[in-house]
Amino acid sequence: MKDNFSPLDLLALRADFPILSETVRGKPLVFLDSAASAQKPRAVIEAMRDAMEHQYANIHRGLHWMSERTTEAYENARDLTAILIGAPSRDEIVFTRNSTEAINLVAHSYGRGMMHRGQAVLISEMEHHANIVPWQMLRDAHGIELLVCPITDDGDLDYVAYERLLASHRVGLVAITHMSNVLGTYTNGARLAAIAHAHGAKILLDGSQAVVHRAVDVAALDADFYVFTGHKLYGPTGIGVLWARAELLDAMPPFMGGGDMIGSVSFERSTWARIPHKFEAGTPAILEAIGLAAAIRYVKAIGFDEIGAHEQALVDHALARLSDIEGLTIIGRAQDRGGVVSFTMRGAHAHDVATLLDRAGIAVRAGHHCAEPLMRRLGIDSTARASFALYTTKEEIDFLADTLLRVREFFA
Amino acid sequence: MSLAELSASFVRPAEPSAAAAIGAIGEELELFDDWMERYQQIIDWGRRLPDYPAEWADAAHRIEGCQSKVWMAATAAEGALYFAGASDAAIVSGLVALMLRVYSGREPAEILATDPVFLKDLGLIEALSTNRGNGIAAMARAIQAAARAAAGGNG
Repeated sequence: MKDNFSPLDLLALRADFPILSETVRGKPLVFLDSAASAQKPRAVIEAMRDAMEHQYANIHRGLHWMSERTTEAYENARDLTAILIGAPSRDEIVFTRNSTEAINLVAHSYGRGMMHRGQAVLISEMEHHANIVPWQMLRDAHGIELLVCPITDDGDLDYVAYERLLASHRVGLVAITHMSNVLGTYTNGARLAAIAHAHGAKILLDGSQAVVHRAVDVAALDADFYVFTGHKLYGPTGIGVLWARAELLDAMPPFMGGGDMIGSVSFERSTWARIPHKFEAGTPAILEAIGLAAAIRYVKAIGFDEIGAHEQALVDHALARLSDIEGLTIIGRAQDRGGVVSFTMRGAHAHDVATLLDRAGIAVRAGHHCAEPLMRRLGIDSTARASFALYTTKEEIDFLADTLLRVREFFA
Repeated sequence: MSLAELSASFVRPAEPSAAAAIGAIGEELELFDDWMERYQQIIDWGRRLPDYPAEWADAAHRIEGCQSKVWMAATAAEGALYFAGASDAAIVSGLVALMLRVYSGREPAEILATDPVFLKDLGLIEALSTNRGNGIAAMARAIQAAARAAAGGNG
């Protein structure tokens, strides 16, 4: 079912996602909350089930067939992840539980391990709590200054202020989102990295949203750290990724201690395994890594050019339809944006809007989106947010807009 | 406190018992064919809540909820507990109104005997235990806690 709107064969793609044929309160599910967590294609579900049914044991230690095969599958996920984000080496891919854990790992191992009192971490006004709180904890425990780069009223990063902050403070590390989960704003990662490096700072990009919608190349970005999570990328929960330059990972002390991360252990001292295993203490999320590998194969087979073009058409269409609704305000007008549209409705709380949309079978997120400081910056306390995925259709957005017209009547 | 002294912000019961209030709410919601219309009714109930004093819209009266704010005040008068409440969201205000219609002006024993599961039975919320979303489940717990404290104080 190709039409002029989308380069994707949406009918076929949607059939890959069993949950999309579910009904909610007797109505077809219109799932516009993929930025919180995406639905899973059958390929992911089957890869995890197949592993449990046919090929499963603990990894990296058994000398038996099942363990070796499972280790191979787990390490294959690392290869695919490295390819997905253009990492120069597979050893630079550390599996974590999610983006939050990846950021905490950096805050602990790089922040406490390699930054010095008086240095600063620079974040932005549009960060998710996951990219705020670990740095506050680092600040309070380790005497690090925490700086916040402003955004413009349109929801773009203020690059002039960014450069000024780097020039006027001893910034050791920049930690900024690659795509805002509230505003949809893509930041210019390569530009941020170039400016950071010119001032002697390292840069971490939070790619939780960005990696879902576009091809990411950490080498081209010239980033130092890149984090994302599997469950937003059509993979399972419980698996996230930290990429970092090998020389940084080599120099950083471990985050957590335990099995699988050691070279040798005695009661006097232990030595650490080489990277990336140094940062993967304990039995990792084996099945989830296998699921993530299937998700990566799935999106790569579709192609990020196609996914990106489809989602851009969806965003353009959503902005056009929602802009036409009297009393509805779209939050964020960044030049370069991805598949997330936040809005408020005059006279209505975001909670009201989401509750009424839910009754029509439409799932959106309402609230502060784990970005309370951004809400304060925007002078609001919540938004409703529709977010799109490769399986989202133009008809779903039309249904959202039509239903919002009905909802508006409640508050007119 | 006597009823005459009770602030107008506290809800006076319209029905003789909590059970009768739940029955009346169910019947009134039944009148509507679709959920959009039911929500219109719920929002109207919220709009007809007594005025909630601005000075009680503070942290001490705040019920923890994730997406919308809910405030509640409680007082005892003539052996019964009276509640006042408000929310910054329209539908939640309606749910607050409905909670107060059931629980306000009842004796502690009756409050404790009235399981908030009626919210779920009426299809108004999905889950009592886990719903961080609208704060109503938390409000139900706060009302029950106030009744337990009052009952304990009397006994």
